[in-house]
Amino acid sequence: MDLTYTPEEEEFRARLRTWLAGVLPTLPPKPSPHDWPARRAYDLGWQRMLYDAGYAGLHWPVDAGGRGATPTQHLIYLEETEKAGAPYVGANFVGLLHAGPTVASEGSAEQRARWLPPVLRGEEVWCQGFSEPDAGSDLAALRTRAWRDGDDYVVSGSKIWTSHAEVADWCELLVRTAPGARKHRGITWLAMPMDAPGITVRPLRTLAGSTEFAEVFLDEVRVPAANRVGAENDGWRVTMVTLSYERGTAFVGEVVACRRVLSEVAREARKNGRWDDAALRRRLGGLNAEFRALWRLTQWNVSEAQGTGGVPGVGGSVFKLAYSHARQELFDAAAEVLGPDALDLGREWTLDRLSSLSYTIAAGTSQIQRNIVAERILGLPRGR
Amino acid sequence: MDFRLTDDQRALRRGVRALLEGRFGREALRAALDRADGEGAAGGRERADGRLRGDGRVLDRGLWRELGAAGFFALRLPEGGGGAGQGLPEAVLAFEEAGRVLLPGPLIATHLAAGAVAGAATGEAVVTSADGGLVEWLDEADVVLGDVTGAEPLAPLDPLTPVHRLPGAGAARTPDGLLVSLLSAAEQLGSAARTCEIAAQHARTREQFGRPVGAFQAVQHLCADMLVRVETARAAVYAASVTADPADVAAARLLADEAAVRGARDCLQVHGGMGFTWESDVHLHLKRAWTRTHRAGGATRSEEELAEDLVSGAV
Repeated sequence: MDLTYTPEEEEFRARLRTWLAGVLPTLPPKPSPHDWPARRAYDLGWQRMLYDAGYAGLHWPVDAGGRGATPTQHLIYLEETEKAGAPYVGANFVGLLHAGPTVASEGSAEQRARWLPPVLRGEEVWCQGFSEPDAGSDLAALRTRAWRDGDDYVVSGSKIWTSHAEVADWCELLVRTAPGARKHRGITWLAMPMDAPGITVRPLRTLAGSTEFAEVFLDEVRVPAANRVGAENDGWRVTMVTLSYERGTAFVGEVVACRRVLSEVAREARKNGRWDDAALRRRLGGLNAEFRALWRLTQWNVSEAQGTGGVPGVGGSVFKLAYSHARQELFDAAAEVLGPDALDLGREWTLDRLSSLSYTIAAGTSQIQRNIVAERILGLPRGR
Repeated sequence: MDFRLTDDQRALRRGVRALLEGRFGREALRAALDRADGEGAAGGRERADGRLRGDGRVLDRGLWRELGAAGFFALRLPEGGGGAGQGLPEAVLAFEEAGRVLLPGPLIATHLAAGAVAGAATGEAVVTSADGGLVEWLDEADVVLGDVTGAEPLAPLDPLTPVHRLPGAGAARTPDGLLVSLLSAAEQLGSAARTCEIAAQHARTREQFGRPVGAFQAVQHLCADMLVRVETARAAVYAASVTADPADVAAARLLADEAAVRGARDCLQVHGGMGFTWESDVHLHLKRAWTRTHRAGGATRSEEELAEDLVSGAV
């Protein structure tokens, strides 16, 4: 049980801090959240800065153009960039954290050479075409069809919850290529150019009022067969390999941010008198315990990932269950502190309270996560 | 950074588990329970407070000495001084194992007295200590630390933790409050992990409607939430044992208390009617967990400390 960082890790942290202190003041002003092209340009610009400084693809393997950093270095990177107020990964999320690692792990040499460098250099944006209106938690039930026509696949169907679809260059797309096969067996992974004819993107407005996602309608879109990663009908395995790329670091920045917010909420309570309410004060104290523990659980999961060579256990499900709940509790408590101001959408915490509602749904609902924990960790029989 | 247990720490955990499973398995637990229960039932003499009490002692002094010989109490004393030269992380691992098997006795007070009170380190002496408004195992202790004047026995909720109430508001802090909190959290963690295992085991094997009850999602989700609380508490308790930071310890005790109490309750629920019986061990975990929540100022003090931490220091 060693929570101290090695001299190498501390040196990595110090260098990163110095670089961040120098570079962050030179960033352009943050774009409006509604201006997608500006958001794309801002996020790609930041990625380029990371690339030039040698921080791009930190956790990617070296032979994929990454830095081959350890999970602990990645943890330090995420912790420090959050503390320094650096931009989020934003439009680069799918490219850096999902599609890129998939190509790196399962793609051919040509595919890696074509798709990986532009992600690292901040030149191309990827989006994800996985979920469908009738395939959410049960992703393998997806029905978007693709059939072979000469050197192309022809794709028809629809996708949903696709972030950054409006500004993406590529979409990592799961399609059904063998309708008769068992559902996990007939799926293929394709890289679809987003400028191909037949693609319609319709922004999806969330309950928070913003358009963070889109629906993507595909009407006989032609995708070159050369854009298939892995074998035909092997797309489910290809996708799962990448999901196991996550090394316990998925929410590092968010936990750091939540701890800062909690402290701000407590200070606000002191200022507006709500601090005198012992029940509320104790509730904030309890949240402090939760988020301290979540930080330690992050360190635990990262240490496990480091020890097992990068493949995480199902610890990610345990963490996500606890974290998504705690995040909602945090912004509920913030609303309690704000009192009537909790009704003001101009208050950042009010918007955060709304967006926190997605945390127990996105990336595997809490119910699905509990099934995973019960069946894969506790060994309970498969339930229905 | 490598938060995982070292090989030595794993070996220590294995060793303590083997010792306790061998010396304090289920039969020993139920025997201790019967001794404690018999205090009231089986022809004991009447005491001043009107309750019946036998002459038999509940604590197994032989086991206590074995614990001493195994280094349970002297674990953190320097090697030259008859100890094992271990630190808080190792102590936490040992107390977690004690919590798993519901090992009775003033373990924490005796462990903390090792080196200061004669016989504590070797398990020759049973040492207890006043903690706020309560003192555990007063009648069986050889040495009592703190002022216990006017102590009044309670009919103990946990049959294996006799307690006396101390007069006054009970606000007096234990000198070792931080360590009491931490080691108590370790016991809670062990109990929480155990009730999660027992619940999952029962859910896998108990059949209703022609299938294991663990195939029902409602049951699965109870069990999954138990594990989430255990693993979150584990990270907090282990980290607090490394840093010994007061806020980390307060967080650890809160999460471990919750994991133990809610874990035992959910375990009871998963067991259905059998969970409500004396014969089941689940109620023993719940009653002990409830008892431990009163140590070192309870949740209120820890929550207030953690609230203060939010506005005082840097995050």
